[in-house]
Amino acid sequence: MPEIRVKPKQGENGTELELIEDEGVRAWAPDADLQIVGQPHPRLEGREKVTGRARYASDVRLPGQLYARVLRSPYPHARIVSVDIGKAEQAPGVRAVIHAGNVPRIPWYEEGVLFESTVRFVGDEIAAVAAESEEQAEDALRLIEVEYEPLPFVSTIEEALAPDAPWVHDDGNIAGEPKTYERGDPDAGLRDADVTIDAAYSTASALHNAFESHGCTTFWDGDSLTLWDSTQAIFVIREQVAEKLGLPEHRVRVVKHHMGGGFGAKQIAWKHDVIASLLSRQAGRPVQLMLDREAENLAAGNRNPTRQRVRLGARRDGTLTAIVADIHQASGAYRTGGEASNVSGTYQTLYNCPNVRTEQVAVYTNTGPAVAFRAPGHVEAAFALEQAMDELARTLEMDPVKLRRQNYSEVDQLEGKPFTLPEGLRLSYDRVADAFGWGAEKPPPSSESKRRGVGFAAHDWSGGTGHPPGYAWIELNADGTADVITGTQDIGTGTRTGLAQVAAEELGLPLDCIAFRLGDTATGPYSPVSSGSATQATIGPAVRAAAAEVKAQLLEVASSVLEVGADRLSVRAGRILVDGDEERSIAVSAVTEKIRPHTLQGRGARGPNPEDKTIRTFGAQCVELEVDIETGEIDRLRIAAAHDCGRIVNPTLVDSQVVGGITQGVGFALTEERTVDPRLGLVLNANLEEYHVPTVADAPAIEHARVGVPDSEANSTGAKGIGEPPLIPTAPAIANAVYDAIGIRFREGPLSRARVVAALAEQRAQGEGSRP
Amino acid sequence: MEPSRHLPVTLSVNGSQYPILIEPRRTLLDALRHDLGLTGAKKVCDMGDCGACTVIVDGKAMYACLLLAVDCDDREITTIEGLATGNELDPVQEAFIRADAFQCGFCTSGQIMSLRALLDANPEPDDDQILRAVTGNLCRCGAYPNILKAGRLAADLQAQAASNGQ
Repeated sequence: MPEIRVKPKQGENGTELELIEDEGVRAWAPDADLQIVGQPHPRLEGREKVTGRARYASDVRLPGQLYARVLRSPYPHARIVSVDIGKAEQAPGVRAVIHAGNVPRIPWYEEGVLFESTVRFVGDEIAAVAAESEEQAEDALRLIEVEYEPLPFVSTIEEALAPDAPWVHDDGNIAGEPKTYERGDPDAGLRDADVTIDAAYSTASALHNAFESHGCTTFWDGDSLTLWDSTQAIFVIREQVAEKLGLPEHRVRVVKHHMGGGFGAKQIAWKHDVIASLLSRQAGRPVQLMLDREAENLAAGNRNPTRQRVRLGARRDGTLTAIVADIHQASGAYRTGGEASNVSGTYQTLYNCPNVRTEQVAVYTNTGPAVAFRAPGHVEAAFALEQAMDELARTLEMDPVKLRRQNYSEVDQLEGKPFTLPEGLRLSYDRVADAFGWGAEKPPPSSESKRRGVGFAAHDWSGGTGHPPGYAWIELNADGTADVITGTQDIGTGTRTGLAQVAAEELGLPLDCIAFRLGDTATGPYSPVSSGSATQATIGPAVRAAAAEVKAQLLEVASSVLEVGADRLSVRAGRILVDGDEERSIAVSAVTEKIRPHTLQGRGARGPNPEDKTIRTFGAQCVELEVDIETGEIDRLRIAAAHDCGRIVNPTLVDSQVVGGITQGVGFALTEERTVDPRLGLVLNANLEEYHVPTVADAPAIEHARVGVPDSEANSTGAKGIGEPPLIPTAPAIANAVYDAIGIRFREGPLSRARVVAALAEQRAQGEGSRP
Repeated sequence: MEPSRHLPVTLSVNGSQYPILIEPRRTLLDALRHDLGLTGAKKVCDMGDCGACTVIVDGKAMYACLLLAVDCDDREITTIEGLATGNELDPVQEAFIRADAFQCGFCTSGQIMSLRALLDANPEPDDDQILRAVTGNLCRCGAYPNILKAGRLAADLQAQAASNGQ
């Protein structure tokens, strides 16, 4: 039994207790001779996914299952005068209708309730219907009679901050306390600088558009509730749904075997989880409530738009003397608690700088609530800071990579602690510049109207570190196979496979002897939300600890079977090896069969992160592209990427994360922008027709220059996260390359064709105007 | 239920006949997913933008969300569930696993069906034809390069199998 300590810590609600548990294993040495960890391996769930058998929340079919739809506000801001569900209740196939008038006032968001009497964005929930079919549920929605009193509204940060702006909430349009940070003397740093940059940037609201929408299938058995939910956090959903419905946690089971993408938007219980549960209880039947694409894009999260004024001061040699960022972010109509959007962080930590000030103000607008979107805050900040650094490099006539090297930090300047892998960012610079051919002569453009450019951007990310708590259980069966069980979830990143590789490595078993089970609160021990690129680094060490415990037992039994001291035994590739006596090696199953029907069981807990060092993930990307000065088209993208994610557990999976993240970064850079009509407050592109995610034809040529240096001080596996980082530097690297190509700085994103065409026209007009 | 609002239709899916009674407005996608329990084809946009619902109808890759089920009477429909023979995967399925051509897997059925239709019509496609076959299939996880690799690998696996069979 490992030692457990209770340690007090300061939490948001005063003193909290932290349980510190020793993992009981030492980190694998950076050069450890590992057999399975570090090897490419296809995803374990591949067969299910290519045969259509993988079951997602929307694929659940239960006897008597009903289908639900939600009535949503057509106004960005309105008081609801009355709701009449009489006709809807009588409609064919309808089995339950709920609205504010017939359900408890369940608290929601900060001060709100499940069904608000004032709706605050187009898409806000008003009522819901469960019927025998989706079509009948939709028919019934049209029969619900709602009288609205439309109210004035604000759609943008500028409108929300105007002196006479209508208020989204009773206490105004500022959401929570501004977050301020200062070190050194930023004003003096700017004053004493040889060169300063002062520029305002803005980023658009991007829509996650995970292909599986939010939704769930719910089912009551007496007073026990089961939700098959499309979620990144089965235990968070269990806790939050139990609280909302007044149920004890053991009466709520949340299942998520597969999920069609989440990208950050599925880490909290949303209203539809409770709406489906209430409908199901009222109807006495299972209910499936999947959001349609429009609802998904209106009401289930978005990346917060930002306005960022950035000031940099530097000496002639490039040394930064000040970084100042004034940031506004739009939270939308409500603060969900799942935003995690720390736009300030990058300004505080990416570069060595003694004088830094950030102020981050969140603003309410009458638009859908914002929620974390793959590297929340950092993507937005990088778009601004990394362009400002490019502007600084050009002002100084300095190579942009050299400028970044000049301002390298080996310590976490917030805490004054060194990083666990202080060379992580430097290695990323080296590898990416090398792979890309940074500094090499640019090939000529492919046609006369094209201009070619190259750009660079770096990033850091506070996630990817992993953290306690997180647990795993392992049972070594009598035939020498193992069941590994955790309560984490695979959100499509390859969690099953990466964690199974850790288990197989430590157990000394081939990967096909491992069954990996996750995604069910009823079977797995607690695991936190899969967010912050944390899952491999959080659960990997817990799995390894559990495997180590089993292995110790196995070697103990083997010692009796072989009549050799356990200290001379090891296990590899399914065989027990005797040190110095190869011939006595026997199969693991030959040992475990001796104790049948007994099994060996281990339990592992994620231990604490180091106290005297900070874990972080870094990276950098180089972009080459062409801009057509006649059409404004940006194409022929070639992107090289290097990211420090510690030990690479499975290069296939890591490569795919890098390619996928960059592809989303290309979307954020060039096309992805929620468009809100300022007169009506309507989202004009809440679909995949007019909201443009990258297609196969838009996919850039990507080279992943793997860093792959184990971060052995970070955790016992040396692996860190890679899910979010690849998206962070893509957009600013593209914008910097566009500037390199055509000399136009795009401080407002995305660099849509319309913006590029308009800027080129302006450039031409100015050019003609300045001619003698 | 009001039977008068429903029409009889016989769907021919993966070699089996399914006589069903459905509302005329029901799409082929909903009929497959709800009436036949074939949930491999996915509903993402439900308006012909994304390709996650792609099935093969009379030899052509089509968006099941843009077809009315009543219009599919006696047309030959193949879904992802109909590709593998027993435990043996179709070469496109095998290629997707080997090339890591998916992450979340939600668009995967549609991608595979588009490539299956391509290879049925043209067993030796060039790279441009492979790309064109999946331009109507979005992938939010951005697995595109590996999807193209899988298309190439599938063509090779199929050719290999054909030559072994001769």
